[in-house]
Amino acid sequence: MSEPPVIQTRELTRYFGRKCAVQTLNLEVPRGCVFAFLGRNGSGKTTTIRMLLGMLAPTRGRATVLGCDSQALTPPVQARIGYLTEEHQLYAWMSLREAAAFQSAFYPGWNEKIFRGVIEHFGPRPEARVKDLSRGERAGLCLALTLAPDPELLILDDPALGLDPVARRTLVESMIYLTRRSDRTIFFSSHNLADVERVADYIAVLDHSVLRVCCPLESFRDNVREVRLGFTGPPPPLPHIPGLLQALRLERQLRVTCVHYNGATEKALKNLSPATMEILPLGLEDAFISYLGKQGEKSFILADTEVPS
Amino acid sequence: MNFDCVINTGSSTPIYKQVTDQVRRAVATGRLAVGDQLPSVRVFAETLVLNPNTVARAYADLAREGLIESRPGRGVFLIHKRKVFTREEGCRRLEPLLEALIGEAMALDFSPADLQAALARKLSQWLSENGGRKNNE
Repeated sequence: MSEPPVIQTRELTRYFGRKCAVQTLNLEVPRGCVFAFLGRNGSGKTTTIRMLLGMLAPTRGRATVLGCDSQALTPPVQARIGYLTEEHQLYAWMSLREAAAFQSAFYPGWNEKIFRGVIEHFGPRPEARVKDLSRGERAGLCLALTLAPDPELLILDDPALGLDPVARRTLVESMIYLTRRSDRTIFFSSHNLADVERVADYIAVLDHSVLRVCCPLESFRDNVREVRLGFTGPPPPLPHIPGLLQALRLERQLRVTCVHYNGATEKALKNLSPATMEILPLGLEDAFISYLGKQGEKSFILADTEVPS
Repeated sequence: MNFDCVINTGSSTPIYKQVTDQVRRAVATGRLAVGDQLPSVRVFAETLVLNPNTVARAYADLAREGLIESRPGRGVFLIHKRKVFTREEGCRRLEPLLEALIGEAMALDFSPADLQAALARKLSQWLSENGGRKNNE
């Protein structure tokens, strides 16, 4: 029998007034994986994370984290979870050393070596005061405080937000370092798909409160294809194409992005009798944009605009 | 290790495939020879800042092709330099590179004869530099 998932949600739903923030979410995060939680701004990622941690009650449904109901997490269970958010509270007057001493009092498994390792990675001196840190150094301190208790499950809510490329790379390195222990699980939300491509085993995509994708990273990419159809004249109108995400109409070309590309899709496209037909794989970012961008057909925004000579 | 792997995120080529392609290319050009050791999955992943599972998948593919072998406790080694692609697949992969070469050459005002001469010159230079390592089977 396989191990129970580290995070499991059953029809997890949350309304704010009449607005649905998360809708009947069913999610499973296996132990030992790096799981990227994606979606546009306001799609419900943070609301989900807050429910997972018991900071917010679901309107319906439930979630279990490390086998416990998320609404009844006891301090010993909470100590096994590392949570990092942008609003991480720090006392400005403390030195880094004092911040570590303060935080460690709450965690029996505090590992000072991890704390120092991460801090060194990000650069600030242990004597520095919190109020004097740069944004990247501050993020490093928050990460160090979150990693030092050696949590079994790490939940990061958009950890790369506002970091410069160097600090972001350091963050990704820290995440990869954490996977040295195969029983550690990382669940993180992000908008940076280059980072996601480097570290994630699985991705889940929320779109307007609804889970649209939950699968291994590579399956997602393999599923989305761009087809370029060349025509000798203006392209014909597009009939119903199974799995169509987007279609872009150019002067003598149709570019069609499809999900679950298969024989039926191919047949429907060939029926348009194009002069040339080219099937291209998509990068993660392009696949993501096709998935979450505006659906349907469009022509290039400026196609009809004459350029004055 | 006598070869550098360069990873491009945002490419339409998945990362594990970028790794396998580059190992194959290093073998084909003689930069990696039979008996050479590759970094462990962990070292490779941390050096290139990649998920170790991605590297493990690339290594598994290369092992399945008979190109590398993992010797427990000692490391990962290149065991064979055999033909990795069928002729047909090779041609398919060469095609876009040839197109790009010809396109660039034409844009630079090379005549077909000039291009052929330049290619022949480069090829013989390459062979004299790498010829020794090309036959290390």
